[in-house]
Amino acid sequence: MQLTQRAKPVDRSPMTWLESIYLWNIAKGMAITLRHMFMKKATIQYPEQQRSFSKVFRGLHVLNRDEAGRENCTACGLCAVACPAEAITMEAAERQSGEEHLYREEKYAAKYEINMLRCIFCGLCEEACPKDAIYLSQTFAPANYARKGFIYSKEELLIPNPVTEREAYQKALGDRKPQHSTTHTN
Amino acid sequence: MYLTAIDSWYILEKLILIGALIGLSFFIAMYTTLAERKIAGWMQDRMGPNRAGPFGIFQPLADGGKLFFKEEITPTSSNRFLFLLGPALAMIVALITSSVIPWGASYVGATRTVALQVADVDMGILIVFGIVSVGVYGIMIGGWASNNKFSLIAAIRGASQMVSYELPMGLALIAVLFMTGSLKMSAMVEYQMQHGWNVLYQPLGFLIFFICALAECNRTPFDLPEAENELNFGYHQEYSSMKLGFYLFAEYINMFVSSAVMATLFFGGYDIPFFDEAAWQGSPLTLSMLTFAVMMAKVSFFLFVFIWIRWTIPRFRYDQLMNLGWKKLIPLALINMLISAALMLFLNK
Repeated sequence: MQLTQRAKPVDRSPMTWLESIYLWNIAKGMAITLRHMFMKKATIQYPEQQRSFSKVFRGLHVLNRDEAGRENCTACGLCAVACPAEAITMEAAERQSGEEHLYREEKYAAKYEINMLRCIFCGLCEEACPKDAIYLSQTFAPANYARKGFIYSKEELLIPNPVTEREAYQKALGDRKPQHSTTHTN
Repeated sequence: MYLTAIDSWYILEKLILIGALIGLSFFIAMYTTLAERKIAGWMQDRMGPNRAGPFGIFQPLADGGKLFFKEEITPTSSNRFLFLLGPALAMIVALITSSVIPWGASYVGATRTVALQVADVDMGILIVFGIVSVGVYGIMIGGWASNNKFSLIAAIRGASQMVSYELPMGLALIAVLFMTGSLKMSAMVEYQMQHGWNVLYQPLGFLIFFICALAECNRTPFDLPEAENELNFGYHQEYSSMKLGFYLFAEYINMFVSSAVMATLFFGGYDIPFFDEAAWQGSPLTLSMLTFAVMMAKVSFFLFVFIWIRWTIPRFRYDQLMNLGWKKLIPLALINMLISAALMLFLNK
């Protein structure tokens, strides 16, 4: 049964003598390779040139801070609940007086770990978060020699402080606009 | 004694020439590997190696350095002496052949004439053929001494392929010899300077010769002795480090030499096209350099065609190889020889 018009029947007739010395077909093939020699190359010179990721690329997680450099996370645990791979663990702690410049709300994550070997980079934690405290960036987890190297601690995940480390913060932010929290004030 | 009759300058001159020729062979072989990889890349829409130095020009050095520092392994069940002899023989044979090829016009100085050729022997082209056919022993000995079934199969393939393709090659050569009337390489070049390049009179002969040269060099589409995907690199499978390097290098030197032989036999050797060397007015040194450059240009062109073919055609099946050699090329070469002989006879009358 013929499904498409593209199917070409195979020609199984025996080769003529001229065909059997292959010269004409070889010449045709060589013309093709010569043409390809001068074509534009598809190569991207990797470390110097890099392809940009898609706008919706979901990479390594970032724990967000607000404009004053305070951590957004309140250790509510919604991300851990939403996580289908159970990659997120955290421990909550209460903010002491004098720590207001570090944490935005009364409760914060004393420990926050994501196991990058379990993570499937689905972005459900970002969707679940009510405080815009976690989002997926445009970088991916680099290779590592040991499994424990893939368990990212809070220090590794936190975005640089926008007040004290302005340049590093801008770099980490990339083309993502800081989202101002309009619904919630302290 | 007879030897004292030759002046010591002559010996020195030849020694320098030999050294330069070996150096040149290695240099060309090194940069043919780079050209091979670059051209392969371009033909496959890639860039080829470009990290070692500008445009990757230090890549061959890096490759050689890598081979030197690799672990040297001699299989316990191998024949140690023959295992060592294989690559040595391949390399020596590859280097000897270039000695009879004229690389440029002789430098005519005030007191002496320096030929850019190590040995202008009367049976020049026969020496090339004789030594090239010894080349198969490098493959055979290496393949057998490895005590590996793949290597052995590859060695047998290599031997039978060499034997089959030397026949049409020789027959194609005979037609050329009819015309030039000499086995001497320099005489052949001089003949072509006067009468035009042999390829104009022997296009079919050249084609046959070229196809056989591909087979003699174990180049694709005739690289059956090393068929990566069926024989696992064939005869040099058990080789490592610089012994492997010698095999691979010898292959490229063979390519270089057979390009030079083809240029000499069919493309006028160091003859500058559309120019009469005898009418040269400038210094003889410039002429020598110029003719050498022309020779190298011809050689480079052939090397490019070798590489071009390699990255175009897949490998022949073994029966296709034998069919092509025995049923197509030999009859063609015979007919070519007979027709040229008849024509020569007819035209001379």
